[in-house]
Order: sequence, then structure tokens, then C-alpha cells
Amino acid sequence: MTVRVQREDFDLGAELTALTAGNRRVGGLTSFVGLVRDMAETPDLAAMTLEHYPGMTERMLERIEAEAQARWPLEASLIVHRYGRMEPGEQIVLVACASPHREAAFEACHFLIDWLKTKAPFWKVEESHSGGTNWVEARSSDDAAAARWHRDDDAAE
Amino acid sequence: MSAPVKLLYFAWLKQKTGCAEEEVQPPAEVATVAELLSWLEGRGGGFAEALADRAAIRVAVNQEYARPGDPVKPGDEVALFPPVTGG
Repeated sequence: MTVRVQREDFDLGAELTALTAGNRRVGGLTSFVGLVRDMAETPDLAAMTLEHYPGMTERMLERIEAEAQARWPLEASLIVHRYGRMEPGEQIVLVACASPHREAAFEACHFLIDWLKTKAPFWKVEESHSGGTNWVEARSSDDAAAARWHRDDDAAE
Repeated sequence: MSAPVKLLYFAWLKQKTGCAEEEVQPPAEVATVAELLSWLEGRGGGFAEALADRAAIRVAVNQEYARPGDPVKPGDEVALFPPVTGG
């Protein structure tokens, strides 16, 4: 049940090991890692910078995580989201869920990344090697992905 | 004099307005999110340009997503930003 917003990179193996250390009830651990990819709207992508809204970001991530906890029987969950400048190949975000059951771990992880992408106040600006910059536009496919999980009693709405 | 409204601008809204953060004293008749945006647009220049397309703007009041008809009152923190693109 942890949320971290940080500039520095994270060690995937260490994070996952720490998440379930000492908990014998965990039968399945799932994770999603988002990376900066080099096929963005900006040709010749050099890097992207993630801006965020300190305070609201943590509040929204904690609420999204609490919603996942309410929906699935999770033993542990973790969201780590970076901000600042990152180059192609770098890790941006980590979502991990541990549960007695694999189905809950898979579904909760998928839910968290889908909702995070449409609710957490982060914005990407891409920069090309020639020095141009471009604010990435939100995708309707991300809204559609998040809408799959919608329920009438959504606390994260 | 009532407490000011704290405004925060993010992403291209910060670039277009040339402002990251400010405190304002809107007139008493500005009571909703929509009225606040119209008042800000009325300043002209970068504000008018940034606020021209309301469909491209999201608003949070006191760090909660807000709709155009939601209230804004003195002392509130109001953030203006484009649809989010994290993850």
C-alpha cells in the first residue's frame, strides 16, 4: 500500500522483492513497468520530461490504490512514478500487486495502470534532437481502457 | 478583503499564460469554475489564448477534479491543466 513520486530511477528487482518480503500469504505477484519509447509523435526523440502537480499527484495515486485494495484481495501494492527528464529506454512508472490469487494480482495491476493514465496529474513534453518540444496529447484509447473498469460506485471518479 | 484564490498552471497552460502560480482576487460575482475561467480569459493576451478551447482544459479545485458549475471561493487552490498524459 505504497505510493512514491520521485525523480530518481528505481530498481525493479529490489522493489518487487521488498514488496512481498516475509508475507507467506502472497501466491502471485504482478508488475507493469512503463518505459520511454522512441516511436513518439516527435521524430528524432531525444528525451521527454514529465511534469506533475505535487500534492494532487500523491492524493490521486493513493485514492486509485485504495480503490484497487477495495476491489481485489491484495496483500500488497506499490506505485512508483517518476518525474523530470528521461531518455528513451528509461523506466517511467512501476505498478505492482501481490495477492493470494493470480487473477486478482493481474486484474488489479491492469486496473491501476489504466486508471493512473487518465487520473494522475502528469504531463509529458517531448524534446527532439533538433531542440523542438511537443506536449503529448491525451489519447482517447486511454480513456476507453480506463472506462472498462468503471462501476457506478467508483470512489476514484 | 477576502482571502485570495491561488491559481496554478501546468504544462502548455503554464507556457501560454507565462505564469506557473499566482494569487488573484476575482470580483464577487465569480463564484464557479466556469466564471473564473471566463474572468481569466478576459485578461486577454496569453490568458485569452490559453483559455480559448475549454474542451482542452481540466480544472482541479483544492486538488480534486472539478466541473464547470462547481463553486470557487476565497482561499481555494485552483489548478488549470490539459488532460493528463502520465504512465
